[in-house]
Amino acid sequence: MTNLSTLHAVKVVAAKEFRDRIRSRWVLAMAVVFTIFTLAISFFGSAQQGLVGFQGIEPLIASLVSLAIYLLPLIALILGFDAIVGEKEKGTLNLLLSYPLSPLALLTGKYLGLALAMSCATLIGFGAAGAVIAVNVSMPAADWLQYAGFVVSALLLGLVFLSIAVALSVFCQSRTSASGLAIGIWFFFVLVFDLLLLGALVISGGASLGPLFPILLLLNPADIFRILNIFGPEDLHAMFGLISVFPPSLADPLLLGGIMVMWILSPLAIAAWRFKQ
Amino acid sequence: MISLSQVCKSFGAIQALQSVDLRISAGEIFGLIGHNGAGKSTLFNIMLGLIRADSGQVAIDGQTIDAHTLLRQKRHIGYLPENIALYDNLTGLETLAFFARLKHAAPAQCHELLEQVGLSASKFRKVREYSKGMKQRLGFAQALLGQPRILFLDEPTNGLDPEGIREFYQTLRQCQQQGTTIVITSHILSEIQQRVDRMAILRDGRVQFAGSLADLRKARNPSLSIFLTLPPHLAEEVHAQLTELLDLPVSLEGQQIRVICPTDRKLSLMQQLTALSLPLLDMAMHEASLEELLLATEAFRHD
Repeated sequence: MTNLSTLHAVKVVAAKEFRDRIRSRWVLAMAVVFTIFTLAISFFGSAQQGLVGFQGIEPLIASLVSLAIYLLPLIALILGFDAIVGEKEKGTLNLLLSYPLSPLALLTGKYLGLALAMSCATLIGFGAAGAVIAVNVSMPAADWLQYAGFVVSALLLGLVFLSIAVALSVFCQSRTSASGLAIGIWFFFVLVFDLLLLGALVISGGASLGPLFPILLLLNPADIFRILNIFGPEDLHAMFGLISVFPPSLADPLLLGGIMVMWILSPLAIAAWRFKQ
Repeated sequence: MISLSQVCKSFGAIQALQSVDLRISAGEIFGLIGHNGAGKSTLFNIMLGLIRADSGQVAIDGQTIDAHTLLRQKRHIGYLPENIALYDNLTGLETLAFFARLKHAAPAQCHELLEQVGLSASKFRKVREYSKGMKQRLGFAQALLGQPRILFLDEPTNGLDPEGIREFYQTLRQCQQQGTTIVITSHILSEIQQRVDRMAILRDGRVQFAGSLADLRKARNPSLSIFLTLPPHLAEEVHAQLTELLDLPVSLEGQQIRVICPTDRKLSLMQQLTALSLPLLDMAMHEASLEELLLATEAFRHD
């Protein structure tokens, strides 16, 4: 089969996945959720300090990072956990593979379709909120650039966890086990990882683990997302605990973005290898 | 056109296929027959490239199949799996359009095929609203997309009503006339025996027999039953006469006398009966069906 045919097959599968999410109103629902949360945070985020209304880009991004770190991985995992195992359980997988469609093309098409749905929801959601803020508040271009950086990093975070979810769907034998594992992965990366790291740091007294600490942080895409958003503005830097000890030399957005891309490609590559077996 | 040579496949300790050799000629309707677990589905999946054989070779048009060549061949293959599952959220037309795009088939063919399988009126309805028979028809339509040169049909008449079954085989004959090679499995042996040109009987992963129904009859030389209907008052008398005259099993079943005779003695028996000038009201001959032949040879029995 030529590369052109493979591309055609990928396109057909991706288009179906994307259309399915549009028709089920998944994209719309997620976009609305992101918009509402962003607007609520931007206007009521400082309510604890007795302040209501937009208080500047830094507090907004700090709050959005905290929210997105919980929400985006969960949404991505829910979106992708049954991409392949769902077809298998429904009984459509063998039918699909009886067509001129390689396992790699099916996997890639599925991922791209879901990634497009995820990206649309993220961009529309945060974009719409940004538009509402722009109408009501005047902000310098640098602040908008920072907000755009947040949206791009949020997009990458979603795509990383979507990649992990699609990989899970290849390895698991049933939707039930895939969903259980997806929740476990969310729990590990979002809640447990930092606690384990902190515990290890305390136990080791900081001596032996200290130099390794920044590298270990890069093993968690959620932490990379945090680092991407807090470096730069000093105000933001001070708002986060563990991350604030991260060396600025490693905080290059291009480097961190590259690591995020690796995090997207690696689970997919492993899944492709497994699926081919 | 399709040839399998020494194909073996195991799942753990279970040997699903053992040294399977088969030749399926271009343009024939070929039946795969066997009890559940005989290896039919495994053989189907290997021919479709859905699973790999542990050893042996599969060739289509003389070309040995590997992952690369099979992808090219798949454009010319149609497949209807047993218990077809489709996308409930799509309409009948959308389902076909999706599969047509995957196969590079012309979009217009979707409408033609829906018409052909009798789903034209329901093409805008969601598949979740389809009955089992309608889903089977839609599944058959997707298998026909792109005018395949080879059709693999696994239990294709599941859920079809008698009219649907008749139409299905009518379409199959049309495909055959256009040169399509058709490989079919069915548990309904009476259906298979009338419609396939040749068949392979599988038992415990081995091919027990491959050939036509006539070849099978010839190989097994099964008995056939001749039923003679006589006036009631003569039945007992003739029964006694035939029992004495013929060295064959003769029984009286109500008003009918049944004579069981090996196929190769059919003509001589007919001559003997004609010579007796019996006052027959009717006469019928029953040849062993495929099912009876298989049961007689235990090829189809479960262990």
